[in-house]
Amino acid sequence: MTQFLQQTINGLSIGSIYALIALGYTMVYGIIKLINFAHGEIFMFGAYMGMLGITMLGLPFYAAFVLSMVLTAILGVVIERVAYKPLRNSSRIAALITAIGVSFLIQNLMLRIMGARIYAFPQVINNQVFVFFGLRVNLIQMIIFVVSILLMIGLQLLVKKTKLGRAMRAVSVDKDAAALMGINVNNIITMTFAIGSALAAAAGIMVGLYYIRVFPFMGFTPGLKAFVAAVFGGIGIIPGAMIGGFSIGLIETYVAGYGSTLYKDAVVFAILIIILLVKPSGLLGKNEKEKV
Amino acid sequence: MTALFSKKNLLWVLFAIGVFILIQVLIQMRIITPHYRFMMYWISIYIILGVSLNIIIGITGQLSLGHAGFMSIGAYSAAIMLREDPSLSGLFAGMAIGFVITLVVSFVVAMPTLKLKGDYLAIATLGVGEIIRIIILNMKITEGARGISNIPHLISWPLMFVFVVLAIIVASNFKNSATGRACIAIREDEIAAESLGVNPVKYKVIAFMLGAVMASVAGALYATTYYVVKPETFGINTSINILIIVVFGGMGSLSGSIVAAIFIGITNTLLQPYGELRAIIYAAILVLVMIFRPKGLFGDREVTIFTIKDDLIRGIQRLTRRKEKPA
Amino acid sequence: MSLLRIEKISKSFGGLMAVSNVSFNVEKGSLIGLIGPNGAGKTTLFNVLTGVYAPSNGKVWLHKDVDILLSDKKPHQIAQIGVARTFQNIRLFKELTVLDNIKIAMNQQVEYGLIGSLSHLGVFHEAEHTIHQKALQILAMVSLDKLAQEKAKNLPYGKQRQLEIARALATGSKLLFLDEPAAGMNPQETQELTSFIASIRKKMDLTIVLIEHDMSLVMKICEKIFVLDYGKLIASGTPTQIKNDPRVIEAYLGEEE
Repeated sequence: MTQFLQQTINGLSIGSIYALIALGYTMVYGIIKLINFAHGEIFMFGAYMGMLGITMLGLPFYAAFVLSMVLTAILGVVIERVAYKPLRNSSRIAALITAIGVSFLIQNLMLRIMGARIYAFPQVINNQVFVFFGLRVNLIQMIIFVVSILLMIGLQLLVKKTKLGRAMRAVSVDKDAAALMGINVNNIITMTFAIGSALAAAAGIMVGLYYIRVFPFMGFTPGLKAFVAAVFGGIGIIPGAMIGGFSIGLIETYVAGYGSTLYKDAVVFAILIIILLVKPSGLLGKNEKEKV
Repeated sequence: MTALFSKKNLLWVLFAIGVFILIQVLIQMRIITPHYRFMMYWISIYIILGVSLNIIIGITGQLSLGHAGFMSIGAYSAAIMLREDPSLSGLFAGMAIGFVITLVVSFVVAMPTLKLKGDYLAIATLGVGEIIRIIILNMKITEGARGISNIPHLISWPLMFVFVVLAIIVASNFKNSATGRACIAIREDEIAAESLGVNPVKYKVIAFMLGAVMASVAGALYATTYYVVKPETFGINTSINILIIVVFGGMGSLSGSIVAAIFIGITNTLLQPYGELRAIIYAAILVLVMIFRPKGLFGDREVTIFTIKDDLIRGIQRLTRRKEKPA
Repeated sequence: MSLLRIEKISKSFGGLMAVSNVSFNVEKGSLIGLIGPNGAGKTTLFNVLTGVYAPSNGKVWLHKDVDILLSDKKPHQIAQIGVARTFQNIRLFKELTVLDNIKIAMNQQVEYGLIGSLSHLGVFHEAEHTIHQKALQILAMVSLDKLAQEKAKNLPYGKQRQLEIARALATGSKLLFLDEPAAGMNPQETQELTSFIASIRKKMDLTIVLIEHDMSLVMKICEKIFVLDYGKLIASGTPTQIKNDPRVIEAYLGEEE
């Protein structure tokens, strides 16, 4: 039982990271129906920016955190404007291939600039271990969990309570109608990318902090898993991404704890395929059929 | 039977024999050094991979990102059989085993996943590719992460040539047949195709399996060309490399894939000293091609020895005129 | 025995009843009009009949030597049984040639299989030649044989409508569902289409069910008309009967105060 609870704690903390990344996928998908394949790379970029903010600029952790979120948001906006916007009316397959190209491009640019070496993320936080009833929880896990929850609450308030959020919801339902109502659709899409990317940056820094490793390919696997999480919860649905993120984090940790670490990634992909087959719209989604 | 020996087919045979003899002579005269011979083999393998993925993506319109996974099945089957029997018969046995395994795996994968649309399919196939890689990584017979090395180098130009020609013939026959037409119809408008009696699942599965087994044959050739097979060779990056060839040449254009494989093979060799700069350039090209020519350089047209004159003239006209605005 | 029997078909989306409890029969060789105001459920009914939607309730039978249940079949199976359709918003393979549009519809009649497709050996060339000739014949019937190599999207609008009908015919089906064949046509084109439908019907011994808003067309060629309103069948009869039916007038013009 203790072991199970311990796994649950670990799973929730990694799950909150997946949830943060999944939110970016889901927001972008909700608004322009594109799987932003480069989102994993945006996350990786955020980790690098956080690390460089601390090591090169000597910023305190929280300042580096905010700076990284801002810079990464800008990257997200640039990607959207340069690569995705021209393709908004072309086929889905073209848009998806472009996203793959962007992902490949960022990854290799980073490889070129920073090299293939694995950087150690500066240990700016004294990682105390707390023991409650025989369960070990370290400070970083707690930070990850609390920061993620705060960001998600913030996002939820933004989407539900503000004018921007209302405009975002309108655009995601019907772009043309939203434009007719005087909403600047392009700006809303840009804002969506900015917010999604900033959340990915937060996740990137916390992953760096947790695993202490920062390298050009770090975005691939978490990116894919977060995507699985988004699909699991129902892509395009914000609470779905949160539920999906925590579920994938927990499942993965249980598989690693009780089964084999070697197969934990394979299990996640298998889950993805099963969900896509059983309920492609995800846990919270509705099934839709193409209109004839 | 007369159509089989038509003038057009005879001209193609002559053209193929010409290419074969030309390269054979260049090898004999040592103009093509061993270094360039590897480039040629790379091009040949990627022609097979390119046309095979084009059957799935270009002709049938289904985005698959797990192609390297099927390639790895062929590569490992060949490597394992060559460990037992380091001769051509071992290679062919490995190829045959890889073929059968791929047939089974691709069928199991295709039946459920091809019911998915566009984006979801891409992600599911990517997941499948990763699962195949993780399984190979964890099996004893495949020697885990170390991979299998010292695979006998049995490749030769004539052998490679036979497989490349075979792959091109199969793919082009497929495209120009009732089965190919059904696949193209699905790509163009699945609902309309269904209303005309085309079973979308059946044809998507056929195209997917055909593409997959061709990739597995290419994998076997890869193993015996490059001495070593490792799980990491067959990851998502390789799938994307193949995708680049398909996209670059034109989705649906087999000749486009051939030209793209040759072009990228040569640039690869030229840019070898620059390492990852290469990858940056390709990624940038991928994005630019999608933005400016979303169907790839050749679109879905075929450029052949019969049309090349017209195509050249048209190309020059287009360059001399101002670029037409697409409607 | 009726060719098509529609038995108490209902289709709901969520809570909305798009088609509710509709039953009627279609006799072999007849030309039936299905009319009703916008949103009456006509296209939904077509989609149920051609397998795009499974009905929420009810059954559809096709009588072809024996009774075949259509309502549990997929669209491609229904097409293979011999029921073809056109779409409200033309669904041609726009980027393909006129000829290929027809050939795709003839896939069931091709005499070689996958092996033939991959090898081009055996009967392949002969079979392709036959298909080619047959496709040209069908095109000649709609006077499109001269445009066989043209891309479908380059045809004028009226020709595209005709090509879509020819393509449905090319499947070999004897029962056609035409969804607003005259939509977007000018009176001249509608006139041509009307005589075209009448002529192919005679020539090829077809049974046709069509949805149409253009009353001149419907009244002129349909022998029997069914009227849908709010998903329900509110009237049926000959054109004259329908013209004078108060329920139909009410459905179209609203209740008189």
